[in-house]
Amino acid sequence: MTLFNIFRRGGSAPIARERLQILLAHERGTRNQPDLLGILREEILAVISRHVPFEPDKVQIKLDRGKSVSTLEVDIEIPNGFGAALAKAS
Amino acid sequence: MAHVVVVTSGKGGVGKTTSTAAMGAALAQHGEKVVVIDFDVGLRNLDLVLGAERRVVFDLINVITGVAKLSQALIRDKRVENLHLLPASQTRDKDALTDEGVAKVIDELRGKFDWIICDSPAGIERGATLAMRHADAAIIVTNPEVSSVRDSDRIIGLLDSKTVKAENGERVEKHLLITRYHPSRAARGEMMTIEDVLEILSTPLLGIIPESEEVLRASNIGSPVTLSNALSAPARAYFDAARRLRGEVVPMIVPSENKGIFNKLFGRKAA
Repeated sequence: MTLFNIFRRGGSAPIARERLQILLAHERGTRNQPDLLGILREEILAVISRHVPFEPDKVQIKLDRGKSVSTLEVDIEIPNGFGAALAKAS
Repeated sequence: MAHVVVVTSGKGGVGKTTSTAAMGAALAQHGEKVVVIDFDVGLRNLDLVLGAERRVVFDLINVITGVAKLSQALIRDKRVENLHLLPASQTRDKDALTDEGVAKVIDELRGKFDWIICDSPAGIERGATLAMRHADAAIIVTNPEVSSVRDSDRIIGLLDSKTVKAENGERVEKHLLITRYHPSRAARGEMMTIEDVLEILSTPLLGIIPESEEVLRASNIGSPVTLSNALSAPARAYFDAARRLRGEVVPMIVPSENKGIFNKLFGRKAA
């Protein structure tokens, strides 16, 4: 307990209340939304794997939310020579 | 008709087990037939808080897996004859706790008891979701503190979506129990007030349990506080909360600063 604390007036409870109100308003908004990125990832990979072989851990999917537009970035590393495999398969 | 009540919070250490013991005992002291179930597989403590730790032979998982009959696992309290405990297992794999198994046990208990009180483990994993799964009502135990209030909000969301009632388009009746409340800290603005918490969580209030050394003493001696010191402030608050849970209208008493002369003279100098 410092001298500063002894003379400081008022408590921290109003700050706690305000922080919680802001945080919970945000968390409640996102709570019941399905995991959009998870679903996109699963379905995109399912489509691509039907045509091209790739390593699942060489895949990066990013969703950037902007003010007016959001971008979905899909980065999949495909080994060279997949065209030959594809030709053989068909 | 039996009521299935889950005592839950999300956060650990807020007083779920203490409140389960005290509410269960208070209801039993009113003459209701009560069973309290410990869902904290691997970290059971309800037996200890109730002073029955040396009487545990079979547990919830034994009943689910068919090793023991329900009647063999139930422990009858020695002080209040209407109060029974179904302990959690201490060692077994928690994967043995299955939705079907829990549903079967609760169904069987519904025929034998007026109140089935499920003491949830902390967190939002399997044990916690199964404890709330079959509930008709929920007691959300909250401390007036940021992390506890946030976790309670999360749990309220789960009660509204992941319970059998919610899936059938019905609602789990929700009650907020505020524990470890320090009236003097709230008055000085150091702790959120009851109004703050109610405004944030917008859930009806079941009771306010003041911070008290009687609660610690009760768990030390293995007795619910409503039995160890029935006239103490926390015991009275639990008795009132139990009556409200039964549907009675009981005026809410917000614990006030109960200061001695020394504190009256010197205690608030800093505020």
